[in-house]
Amino acid sequence: MSQLEIKNLNVSIGEKPILNDFSLTVPKGEVHAIMGPNGTGKSTLGKALAGHPDYTVSSGEALLDGLSLLDLEPDEISRAGLFMAFQYPNEIPGVSIANFIRAAVQARLDEGENLVATEYYKDLYHQMDLLKIDRKFTSRSVNEGFSGGEKKRCEILQMAMLKPSYAILDETDSGLDIDALKIVSDGVNKLRGENLGILLITHYQRLLEYIVPDKVHVMWDGRIVKSGDKDLALELESNGYDWIKELAPANA
Amino acid sequence: MSTAPQAIDIDQEKGNFQMPEEHTFDAGVGLSEGVIDYISDVKNEDQWIRDFRKKALKTFNAKALPTHWASKDLEAIDFDKIRYYLASGQKPKRSWDDVPDDIKETFDRLGIPENERKFLAGVEAQFDSEAAYSNIKEAVGKQGVIFMGSTEGLKKHPEIFRKWFGKVIPTGDNKFSALNSATFSGGSFIYIPPGVKVSHPLQAYFRINAENFGQFERTLIIADEGSEVTYMEGCTAPKFDTATLHSAVVELVALKGAKIEYITVQNWSANVFNLVTKRAIAEEEATVKWIDCNIGSRLTMKYPGVILKGRKARGEVLSIALANDGQHQDTGAKMIHAADETTSNIIAKSISVGEGRSTYRGMVHMPKHLKGCKNNTECDALLINKNSRTDTYPAITVRGNKNSVQHEASVSKVSAEQIFYMQQRGLTEGEAMSLSVNGFVNDLTRQFPMEYSVELKRLIDMEMEGSVG
Repeated sequence: MSQLEIKNLNVSIGEKPILNDFSLTVPKGEVHAIMGPNGTGKSTLGKALAGHPDYTVSSGEALLDGLSLLDLEPDEISRAGLFMAFQYPNEIPGVSIANFIRAAVQARLDEGENLVATEYYKDLYHQMDLLKIDRKFTSRSVNEGFSGGEKKRCEILQMAMLKPSYAILDETDSGLDIDALKIVSDGVNKLRGENLGILLITHYQRLLEYIVPDKVHVMWDGRIVKSGDKDLALELESNGYDWIKELAPANA
Repeated sequence: MSTAPQAIDIDQEKGNFQMPEEHTFDAGVGLSEGVIDYISDVKNEDQWIRDFRKKALKTFNAKALPTHWASKDLEAIDFDKIRYYLASGQKPKRSWDDVPDDIKETFDRLGIPENERKFLAGVEAQFDSEAAYSNIKEAVGKQGVIFMGSTEGLKKHPEIFRKWFGKVIPTGDNKFSALNSATFSGGSFIYIPPGVKVSHPLQAYFRINAENFGQFERTLIIADEGSEVTYMEGCTAPKFDTATLHSAVVELVALKGAKIEYITVQNWSANVFNLVTKRAIAEEEATVKWIDCNIGSRLTMKYPGVILKGRKARGEVLSIALANDGQHQDTGAKMIHAADETTSNIIAKSISVGEGRSTYRGMVHMPKHLKGCKNNTECDALLINKNSRTDTYPAITVRGNKNSVQHEASVSKVSAEQIFYMQQRGLTEGEAMSLSVNGFVNDLTRQFPMEYSVELKRLIDMEMEGSVG
């Protein structure tokens, strides 16, 4: 049961179908990568699982350790243990990173229970040290005026603080130079372990050199058309995506 | 969050209570010369002030409502059904122990935090139209600072009072300043001697506790040369079914090199008309700063102003307004530059929730003969729901080419993507909204004294609760 299980999921935006009978299982403790060209529904998968209101699920199942996510509000999904690192994280003007994460940590406590500030800051600074983030960072407004690398590091910091059981990393490598990519990957690798299942969504093989996946899935036209180990990513790198179109069912 | 956020019910539980009323004096309903005589008799006032009131009554009756530019909602005020004077019949109290228990309970119910209650030791608190509690902190008194109710101030310090009273805001400034001049009661009178820097903010709590009762405080603060003072005013009103009129006049005088900071955090219940005239005169190198937070009320009209009368005088207005369903916050600022090298700064932020409406009106006046004057105006509006409304009416008159003016305005909406992002971190939609709004005003609230920024955050959280659904 300790797995993120997606069965025959059909998702559309408005009238337009994006995911077609999509199925995938990520056991807790494993890192799975989903690769594929733009427009095949990779990001839709992440947002649909996180409960974004623009996406309509017409059929199928999404179970987090057996709990159905499909009827939950986005915040309930988050508190159930699913984290998403956004490709384009939103700015929240006037709200400091420290206060934002604090509110999110507080939201996970039982009613009437209050966060202990000293413990919170101890954990925050510890995680920041691991991610090589300057202490001054915490007083800045969330994502406002951040560089690409800062935004992604901030996402990983939130993930480290919220300690989810499953995480979807949506194009976490986009907009990063090689140094930033190394730092972010380093952070993810530190969080990797038996209590966390990770779904990496990426366009490029590059990220997978730093975060080595247990499984690689190739997505085309709203479903997975091929799965394999990390070598599959290399195959895609050298051959491009064209050949996978052949793998798609004729009626797709 | 598949549907757009809905308009909401306003929850102002904190102010929604009422104590038994025991009014020794009651002028009855409606306004006439007889009522003025009654007020003057009860207060045992000098003839000049009785005449002043009667003249003001004539001005009030002669002036039309400003509905040619302001909200037609003003016509809903029935001046004949308002009680213009009530007093608890008690002399201002000196110590906390002397304050009646039901009044203490009122403060209790207002949720004034412990650390603020100790401030009450040096506070002028107003209960109904007469000061129920007044205790000048010893240290402040020793410095020669006068801090008392305006009625008491009129009696004990007529030489200072009369010199400045009605000079910053003349009776005929507008219909409501005239009404206040006719019926005023309560409010604070403060005088700071030359060079005295008052280290603790002087605070006052205002309460309305009688149905159909208009409260007409008159506050006059004079900061003599080189002195400094911070005054804080906070209001919470109980909720009534019929309209309640609140029409204060606040006059500030900052003499050469003096500094006055006047802070207001108001949370009126949704039936209150809050029509206030606030203005300051700043002499040479003096600074006046208005910090004004308006939450609640049916209609608030308030444009704190500074007349920059002396060279290098500085005026500042920092304002936050939150308009919820059925509420209209019509606020702004006035900066009248009347000397060289004067500077003014206006930062106004408004939040409109549900069908709430916020309006910014700003007036900046710089005549041609002046040089080296500067104004900076920023007004930002945040709209929460689709049917929320905001309007901006800046009136900037700058003549000549030796002055500079900067004006920036923005309107933003809380985006669905921003809320989704925060929800993905585990915050409910309401918590996310609340955090966004607090973030929006954060650069202003950071400049507030700690207890006021905490209180304001709490008020915003209360207002945003259930603003989504």
